[in-house]
Amino acid sequence: MKISVIITLKKDVLDPQGKVIHQTLDGMGFNDVNEVRQGKYFEIDTKETDNDKAKAKVEEMCKKLLANLVIENYKIIDPK
Amino acid sequence: MKSSVITFPGSNCDRDMDVALKKFGFKNKMVWHADAELPKSDLVVLPGGFSYGDYLRCGSMASKSKIMQSVINFANSGGMVMGICNGFQILVESGLVPGVLLRNKYLEFICKNVFVKINDKQNKYFKNVNNEVLEFHIAHNEGNYFCTQDQLKEIEDNNQIAINYCDENGKIEDQFNPNGSIKNIAGIFNKEKNVLGMMPHPERMIDTSLSGEDGSLFFKNLINNLK
Repeated sequence: MKISVIITLKKDVLDPQGKVIHQTLDGMGFNDVNEVRQGKYFEIDTKETDNDKAKAKVEEMCKKLLANLVIENYKIIDPK
Repeated sequence: MKSSVITFPGSNCDRDMDVALKKFGFKNKMVWHADAELPKSDLVVLPGGFSYGDYLRCGSMASKSKIMQSVINFANSGGMVMGICNGFQILVESGLVPGVLLRNKYLEFICKNVFVKINDKQNKYFKNVNNEVLEFHIAHNEGNYFCTQDQLKEIEDNNQIAINYCDENGKIEDQFNPNGSIKNIAGIFNKEKNVLGMMPHPERMIDTSLSGEDGSLFFKNLINNLK
């Protein structure tokens, strides 16, 4: 089963890369952008076949390694 | 005095640290990250470098390596643990010191000498250092210290800030902040002050012909404080 995770920076954390991407988009003529925040995306292929169990395991992975909860939020996307 | 320097895959300041520690009288051992047991030590150092290629977040992989459980146990029982640069990043990722280190504010890798002001001398790292200001070297891409407002309050209430970026006279201002760190923080302690994480490299300032001498002051003082 494949489970996806999106990690984003928390609201108050400075994202200089997102800022530069925003400026570049601006320079390219995409003038209606309010803000860009950069994040991370993971695809985890697990042997677990039970949906809930797999999600619980991935949540544990997020808390222990994939995200740093001081600065980041994680969102687990339901497997299809 | 016995010290141990941990080498992770991608560490590159481990041998510099070994040279520095030995120069000032430590009997140092190099310890591989995959070892489980820490040799008997009075000081454990997590050196600078790019452990695991800075994958995921700087220091995040190294903080989960086998030796780190022993380092964490050692620190929790009062042992002296010092993390320099990538070592500082490993300390924050392992939870031994609060906060995180973000990408530098202006997205540049910074490699230069800086001045730092010692904020607290009630600890074994800086006790008896005569100077208020030291000149150290920094070389990092992710040294922008960040923590939540609640953490900051706790850090300040417990006097856990070790050193702040400043000018040569010890003035702590925005313009002397190289990377955007909150409150110009260059190094912090854990609550008990036996664990120190800092971005500057004292091991690069131990030879007048190469750099400066303020690292020598730091190490001479450190070994005397540990005796």
